[in-house]
Amino acid sequence: MKVVLQNLTKIFPSRNKKSNEEVVAVNDFTFTIPDGKLIGLLGPSGCGKSTTLYMISGLQKPSGGQIFFGDEDVTELSAENRGVGLVFQNYALYPHMTVKQNILFPLQNLRGEDKLSKEEMLERAYTAAKLVQIDELMDRKPSELSGGQQQRVAIARALVKMPKVLLLDEPLSNLDARLRLQTREEIRRIQKETGITTIFVTHDQEEAMSISDMIVVMKLGVVQQIGKPQDVYDDPTNLFVAKFLGTPPINVFEGKVAGGKLYLDGVEVLDVPGVADQDVTVGIRPEGFTLDENGPMVCGLNSVEVMGRDVSVVSTHPASVNSVIRSIIDADNKVAAAETVSYSLKPHKVFLFSKQDESRIYFDI
Amino acid sequence: MSNINKTMAEKDIRLVSSKQKFGHFLGQFFVYFFLIVMAIIVLFPFYWMLISSVKSLDEYRLAVPTLFPREILWGNYVTAFNQANLGTLFLNTLYVGVVSTILSLVITVLSAFAFARLEFKGKNTMFAALLATMMIPGELFTITNYVTVNQLGWMKTYTVLIVPFLVSVFYIYLLRQNFMQIPNELYLAAKVDGTSDLKYLWKVMIPLALPTLISITILKMMGAWNSYVWPRLVANDAAHQLITNGLRNAFTDASGQADIPVQMAAVAIVSLPLFLVFVFLRKYIMKGVSRGGLKG
Repeated sequence: MKVVLQNLTKIFPSRNKKSNEEVVAVNDFTFTIPDGKLIGLLGPSGCGKSTTLYMISGLQKPSGGQIFFGDEDVTELSAENRGVGLVFQNYALYPHMTVKQNILFPLQNLRGEDKLSKEEMLERAYTAAKLVQIDELMDRKPSELSGGQQQRVAIARALVKMPKVLLLDEPLSNLDARLRLQTREEIRRIQKETGITTIFVTHDQEEAMSISDMIVVMKLGVVQQIGKPQDVYDDPTNLFVAKFLGTPPINVFEGKVAGGKLYLDGVEVLDVPGVADQDVTVGIRPEGFTLDENGPMVCGLNSVEVMGRDVSVVSTHPASVNSVIRSIIDADNKVAAAETVSYSLKPHKVFLFSKQDESRIYFDI
Repeated sequence: MSNINKTMAEKDIRLVSSKQKFGHFLGQFFVYFFLIVMAIIVLFPFYWMLISSVKSLDEYRLAVPTLFPREILWGNYVTAFNQANLGTLFLNTLYVGVVSTILSLVITVLSAFAFARLEFKGKNTMFAALLATMMIPGELFTITNYVTVNQLGWMKTYTVLIVPFLVSVFYIYLLRQNFMQIPNELYLAAKVDGTSDLKYLWKVMIPLALPTLISITILKMMGAWNSYVWPRLVANDAAHQLITNGLRNAFTDASGQADIPVQMAAVAIVSLPLFLVFVFLRKYIMKGVSRGGLKG
């Protein structure tokens, strides 16, 4: 089932009656989610990603715009009639019911021609439980399960009524690091097996990038960029997206373009043909640096952190906006203990942004 | 030399620790002493009631009372039961207690749900107004309530014993606080799954708030059992008399001397249900009251 969002807008009235300040949680969001894909809604807290999810689920009414499931306009439909499965950040399992009762609960609410017999319900519940591999825990209470298991129960409960769309609200943020890795692969597997169009919300860019077919980066209710995770990472449209994606984060510098050359702290570091002379904000990915004794970027060396596969070099540069620069280089290169370290730059890892509106300035490589 | 110093130091430590131990023991001793004294003060009247209830009238009147009855007269209990017509009184009280508890629970659950979960205009103002009524002492209501029920012609009916106390702001408040602690996500999840508000209330909220509901049931039943002033004012006829008034009337109306051991036996019979409730269900009584008191 493809999901179409058309000019979706949500405005919350101001809490304070005196000021008529409205909060625009989601602003004019238009996007078509292709059938059977896993989409990550990504952004810092308060960017409107959860609101978008709740509008798709039907729990919140949009202030403007429309939502289509396939060709059907569901904007006015209430949550129970949309056929969505929703998984909450804190799982929202009914604590007094066993796992089995929890999974059966949505089926018991089906009315009319969808009504199932007891046997059918049990069969569906066990199928869903097997899919998330909790069929051996069916008689336990949620309090007797680990966080990861509770999460699986919540997913099974959302899947059991065979929803058209599966919505996950920060599904991994309550799990510890190891379990998070495992569970996100699990979510990916379940999504692939069922082929249900899935939208999930997260503020963790690594999580979104690792399992999504496409990611949507949002900021203050406005969509910044939509695309495949790698494309968004390699080709951010503005400074916000560039800063938001990637660990360690991108290094930001104040720079200047003159005569098709990029200057950092008055030193020419890179050819940027086709860019008009101006002051720019420069973003350089950590992996955009190569050790080069004669390289143009001379940085004060702070420390070298060996991480096995590669080496993280912490250094300083006068033009840097942040206090330190982090660069990741291959572990085969030995960094000599010295006062300074010199780099040359990989042009496709260097992004220029306008000083006025932080939008990307492209140059020919 | 250093060895000697060391052993001396060890001795000091032992000395200090045994001193501390003694201090600790002394502290515990006083705590328990205090508790035992208080327990005796609280329990003695009960003990007095029990021993008096099986004494003969002559033994009861001794100038130097006996602390344990010389002769145990269980017959006092039979006399008490018959003389005070305790059977009817029990049934009356049970009827009023059960009916008012059930109705009160329905009202409390529904209004607590509305105040905790539903969105409607004036919700907060209304709740504040309800809470404000809690500041007026219950005795003040007695007069206005009396006038009201009199005009309604409810005197000497079961209605007058049940209806005026159906709505308890305190219970609504208690349950609302309990409901509010149930995460909102459960409600949203149930909504996505197509559950109606009432079904959600029945299937999720009530089971989760069961300890509080049990507390409310117990407190309400105890209230019915113990109520005295209001029933005496409005329904003190034989047909509707409740247990406390019945007890009082049965033994004071009789001319001549009151048979106090029989009276004590009656009191013991009447106290028994409450005593049992407290012993077996005190967990819920404490839970409900302390929980509602702490939060919010």
